[in-house]
Amino acid sequence: MSIAAQLIANGLIAGSIYALVALGYTMVYGILKFINFAHGEIFMMGAYIGWTLHVLWGVPLLIAFPVAMICCGAFGYFLEKIAYKPLRNAPVWAPLITAIGVSIFLQSLAILIYGAQVKTFRTGEVAQGLHILGAIITPIQLTIIIVSTVLMVLLWLFVKKTKIGKAMRAVADNREVASTIGINVNKVISVVFVIGSALAAAGGILVGMEQNLTPTMGVSVGIKAFTATIVGGIGSIPGAVLGGLAIGLIENIGIWFIPSGYKDAIAFIILLLMLIFKPTGILGRKKEEDVRG
Amino acid sequence: MLKPSKDIVLKISNLSSWYGKVQILHEVDMHVKKGELVSIIGPNGAGKSTILKNIFGIIKKRKGNIKFLKKEIITMQPEELAKIGIAIVPQGRSVFPSLTVEENLVIGAYTRSDNIKKDLEYVYDKFPVLKERRNQPAKLLSGGEQQMVSMGRSLMVKPKLLLLDEPTLGLSPSMKKLIFDKIIELNKSGLTILMVEQNARMSLKLSDRAYVLELGRNRYVGKGKTLLKDKRIQHLYLGGVA
Repeated sequence: MSIAAQLIANGLIAGSIYALVALGYTMVYGILKFINFAHGEIFMMGAYIGWTLHVLWGVPLLIAFPVAMICCGAFGYFLEKIAYKPLRNAPVWAPLITAIGVSIFLQSLAILIYGAQVKTFRTGEVAQGLHILGAIITPIQLTIIIVSTVLMVLLWLFVKKTKIGKAMRAVADNREVASTIGINVNKVISVVFVIGSALAAAGGILVGMEQNLTPTMGVSVGIKAFTATIVGGIGSIPGAVLGGLAIGLIENIGIWFIPSGYKDAIAFIILLLMLIFKPTGILGRKKEEDVRG
Repeated sequence: MLKPSKDIVLKISNLSSWYGKVQILHEVDMHVKKGELVSIIGPNGAGKSTILKNIFGIIKKRKGNIKFLKKEIITMQPEELAKIGIAIVPQGRSVFPSLTVEENLVIGAYTRSDNIKKDLEYVYDKFPVLKERRNQPAKLLSGGEQQMVSMGRSLMVKPKLLLLDEPTLGLSPSMKKLIFDKIIELNKSGLTILMVEQNARMSLKLSDRAYVLELGRNRYVGKGKTLLKDKRIQHLYLGGVA
């Protein structure tokens, strides 16, 4: 096994999770110009719902996984309707503060229901790693990469090919004009919240399978995915994927050079540098393209 | 000129409208008959575009009646109007920049479930340059070409009434002429059009009738060509002798 190959593999694994979560941030921002800071907690909820179904109730993972995605999708739908929609015309900070409130609420709720101690999906022995291109990858890690890739491809097809996917892009481009050609903007916003939340839930279970579950697990992933969104270019779907993989790789390759205790700091440094030098991100829109009114 | 019908497509009565506390429109009356090309002219701030925004329910604070084919539409949401056959070409760059030209056009038929192939061909026939550039993102097009996309998209609604909000704003003189030519063509083919134009002289020349608005009130109304010769209007809006 080579260290470089292993670090790259680790980077891709972490990166695909960041990418899944970043997609939710970027889609919501693209349409509402608003950062849903409760998104990381939906990721956490996905992990706990998956854990409850699979570990507590013995539901097979193949069923628990989509059910957790659907539950979180539904939660995202109601979250938007109850917490954010009434603030649609409020000053920008109002939904932002609400999102932080929702985030604290969900963390506390998780502590209340599950307790603050760590939960884990793992029941039996740790599986034997597979040797792939000089790196050791566990079957769960391989699953993370495959499932997240499949989900991202499905999202891409959805956005490019389906009628509602095209409507999503049109609303992101110009909400007012989109409504004049008969696109129901509220419906599109709901769809975005449902899909974004379902993807975050998928990320949550995938991480939960590999690591442990804690009520605050959404915080650090949320911040890193948010960084990924900025790096890739906020509002851009390919940007979120690119940014996620970039953050995962930089973070993991970075610990070759600096002590691994600083791993979490790397994302923040990238965020700072990006905001100073290229706030539009790699694939972000230029300001002039932003739609007026 | 062939103007066969006297059916009223759009009837606005007693329309008042506000931006916050500021009243923009004061009891405006207006109607458009089937097959007509009607324009609204007037100086900046007269409330011309506000009327179109009111028809489309983009402005919510208002009073009065707006009837489309005898149906009250003032309570309807913007997204419901495409379905009943009203299309608008909004002011300025109103394409979806990240969508391709063809996606922009196809999405115009969002509320339709019938076959749109023929209409797409019709739009490409009207604006051949769009066919050449159909797979490019609309943001790469020139201002005039973007305006064509916007007009093409509105045609994909298959409208019974087309609203044009300053269709030639910011375009080059040759592009202005082309867009005006297309507007006439569309009207001749039977489309009912209500247009707001900054270019008063040109729009009076083309229109069957025109409404002159001043400070949100009806000021004059009449046949386009009559108004064009009217001394008061020449003085007020046409900058001297026509």
